[in-house]
Amino acid sequence: MPDGNATGIGASVPRKEDRRFITGKGNYTDDINRPNQTYAYFLRSDIAHATLNGVDTSAAEKAGGVVAVFTGADLAAAEVGGVPCGWALTFQNGDPMKEPGHPILAQGKVRHVGDPIAVVIAESRKQAKAAAAEIKVNLSDLPVVVDMTKAIEGGQSVHDEAEDNICFDWAIGDKAEVDAVFEGADHVTSIDIVNNRLIPNSMEPRVAIGDFEDSTGDYTLYTTTQNPHVIRLLMGAFVLKIPEHKLRVVSPDVGGGFGSKIFHYAEEAMVTWASAQINRPVKWTSDRSEAFMSDAHGRDHVTKASLALDKDGKFIGLKEETLANMGGYLSTFGPAIPTYMHSVLMAGVYTTPVIYSNIIAVFTNTVPVDAYRGAGRPEATYIIERLVDRAAREMGISQVELRRKNFIPEDAFPYQTPVALAYDSGNYNATLDTALKNGDVDGFDARKAESAKNGRLRGIGYSTYVEACGAAPSAVAGALGARAGLYECANVRVHPTGSVTVFTGSHSHGQGHETAFAQLVSEKLGMHTENIEIVHGDTEKIPFGMGTFGSRSLAVGGSAIDKALDKIIDKSRKIVSHILEAGEGDIKFADGNFTVAGTDKTMAFGEVALAAYVPHNYPLEELEPGLEETAFYDPTNFTYPAGCHVCEVEVDPTTGVTEVVKFTAADDPGTVVNPMIVEGQVHGGIAQGIGQALLEGCSYDDNGQLLTGSYMDYTMPRADNLPNYVVSTESTACTHNPLGVKGCGEVGAIGSPPAVINAIVDALSDLGVTDVAMPATPQTVWRAIQAAK
Amino acid sequence: MTTVSMTVNGKAVSAEAAPDTLLSDFIRESLALTGTHVGCDTSQCGACVVMVDGSSIKSCSILVVQAEGAKVTTIEGLASDGELHPMQKAFHENHALQCGFCTPGMMISAIDLVNKNPDLSEADIRHGLEGNICRCTGYHNIVKAVQAAAAEMKG
Ligand code: FES
Ligand code: FES
Repeated sequence: MPDGNATGIGASVPRKEDRRFITGKGNYTDDINRPNQTYAYFLRSDIAHATLNGVDTSAAEKAGGVVAVFTGADLAAAEVGGVPCGWALTFQNGDPMKEPGHPILAQGKVRHVGDPIAVVIAESRKQAKAAAAEIKVNLSDLPVVVDMTKAIEGGQSVHDEAEDNICFDWAIGDKAEVDAVFEGADHVTSIDIVNNRLIPNSMEPRVAIGDFEDSTGDYTLYTTTQNPHVIRLLMGAFVLKIPEHKLRVVSPDVGGGFGSKIFHYAEEAMVTWASAQINRPVKWTSDRSEAFMSDAHGRDHVTKASLALDKDGKFIGLKEETLANMGGYLSTFGPAIPTYMHSVLMAGVYTTPVIYSNIIAVFTNTVPVDAYRGAGRPEATYIIERLVDRAAREMGISQVELRRKNFIPEDAFPYQTPVALAYDSGNYNATLDTALKNGDVDGFDARKAESAKNGRLRGIGYSTYVEACGAAPSAVAGALGARAGLYECANVRVHPTGSVTVFTGSHSHGQGHETAFAQLVSEKLGMHTENIEIVHGDTEKIPFGMGTFGSRSLAVGGSAIDKALDKIIDKSRKIVSHILEAGEGDIKFADGNFTVAGTDKTMAFGEVALAAYVPHNYPLEELEPGLEETAFYDPTNFTYPAGCHVCEVEVDPTTGVTEVVKFTAADDPGTVVNPMIVEGQVHGGIAQGIGQALLEGCSYDDNGQLLTGSYMDYTMPRADNLPNYVVSTESTACTHNPLGVKGCGEVGAIGSPPAVINAIVDALSDLGVTDVAMPATPQTVWRAIQAAK
Repeated sequence: MTTVSMTVNGKAVSAEAAPDTLLSDFIRESLALTGTHVGCDTSQCGACVVMVDGSSIKSCSILVVQAEGAKVTTIEGLASDGELHPMQKAFHENHALQCGFCTPGMMISAIDLVNKNPDLSEADIRHGLEGNICRCTGYHNIVKAVQAAAAEMKG
């Protein structure tokens, strides 16, 4: 076998999964076709809010190629459940949040443009679509609720259960205590912030194929999900009442997720249920227009925040009041995003002693809002880092010095924040120093003068952030309202000749697990990644899993693999002890070989595997044959990646066009398993963060019509909008997981937006501009310049 | 239904298709070449790009009947005799793909760019690829890969 060390932890091993993707042999859900399959087309509401008086499907049923048509009434009659919400929040007084139902197909009312009303199943996609046009829907328009500020004034409610459209009014921190601190503060900086609504837009649209097998009663759902076991649990237990042993969920190659493929969607339940009704497979492929109005959206917070400082610039208190859009229904993790993924991060990297965060979650006639890359943490970081930037300007303290003055110092870890989280490790000065150096911040003034010669205003902006990944102890999450555990599972199967297959509950949809996870095994067992296969995305193969979201795969899923490998090595040691007739304590394992201390006795890992499966000389009375172990890992804390992003922009003051000309990131993702993959993850996150800051903004008109419903209207970052990035890592190890890893999938999207906007504000500060909203399109920037004149 | 004939990845193919069938659907469904992807319905994303008679084209933007008699190369036809095209090699070596969904269209667009201008600058690459959206990579490594492939293709 080739040397394992070359492919262990820390090596930029080229990705094992690439070959199939670069040769067109990937297996995405839409590439799957089942014998005799039918095609589903969803008729969706083109009105944002209306009473649904009736749906007449008679003409559609007679249309060519149509196999069946179903409406909400059919599902109600069959007692099909609604899409469940996975996290229960409470009001400040402890009352449970308002949790209205979310039917698979609309019942009684439609609540957003895109709300599915009926599904047509036909022999071809074309026939299904044509027949849907024959469906007559009787709707009575209702006043539309779009703006959150107006929504909570009441008058028109999206759900009868929530008259004032408030899903919950929740808070963390002691308001009276924080108010008192603000009373006595030497300086208070305030800001109004909109965290713009985004549409995730993984390049692969969602697809779901339901396949019921009559002879066995088995259901299979092929779907574009980040967590197949979670879908099996939610859909099986709550929607369709199919027990786990009769329901298989397969998520093969998935073309990006960014959070939007975490959730259980109505279409998954629909095709699975319909397949059993017609006893044929049912396939649904979202087109992009449909994705814009049916994939959960992200962000959409409106915030008022203030920071209190003493005369030396020490932060003494922080408060925020945020309206968080939930959309027309609660998506799977919707309520958790603005609260337990957001408010608990409001300390940032600073020693702010008291914090109050009040979150009011609001129903509106828009697509449901849920996690999108970063999920709550970009919103928190944006508030904090805009406040800090503004405070520095107001008090005449340098951006860098004000941050340093308030950093949680290196020797203060573990550090208990006032908002529940306890950070285990970090070194915020180190990432800041690296970013300043790599970004040549000393040379900024010269570059600014150079830009000025060309009529461009150059600005520099900073963001020093921390986030929370790898959620988290199941018991704590449960106490906070999570309706699921947050551990991960791994099964390591050593084959008789010593090669290894790992079955992981994590799911890769671009993150490179097939390589990075193999590196964990390579490191530990001293074998080359060639001999290691990582299997994910199939509930029939993998014992269990919570899937991939919140940068948890390596920290939680990787730790589960590590634990299973420990069990493999422990058992191997027992086998070796028997065969080499040595005490277990004397047996060392390194570089793939077991050796007995003080002797030249040795046994290679492959020989141990063979002995386990051909147990001729084997301690059968004490030990089972075979070499396969399963582990579940439940973390004891979140992990806390952190870092510093520095952005330089050039603004053309005559047009408002802003270009990111330099972007430097120094991040602390904990132990780095594959530097190449980590860099790639950071690049992608930064691109999405710059997208939020400069380009992307989902927009509804007052009638709840989605104005940004295609790539003609919703500005995706393209190659010519973005710079090259200078990224590096400056790691401190996580102290509570066996690998020391923290996470890297979201840091780019979390750290970057405030760096970009702070840079624009800096560029325009001489003109008197103090704020620019996201997305800072040319028009927004130009208007800000005009307004300051 | 009409019969359409063309050469796809060096092989003559002939199939029945409704006259309003898009080339992208024909490739995916009639020819079962699923490496060509469909990422949008407004001809904006570039996931569906293939070579038609030596030029890259968004296969969702033409009807299959317009490709009658054409020479079409899809992602499945890039490697020859198991030997990867320099662009495929460069994408792999430079980690220019993550989920892989944009990758086939991206590589074919990039090959066309390099074929037409072997000495292209970084700005040329970025501008030339603006019709291909990638949500995963942030483009940095894609640009690097195209530069590397361009050097090798010239070689
Ligand atoms: S599918 Fe052809 S450009 Fe998007
Ligand atoms: S690699 Fe995922 S969209 Fe480009």
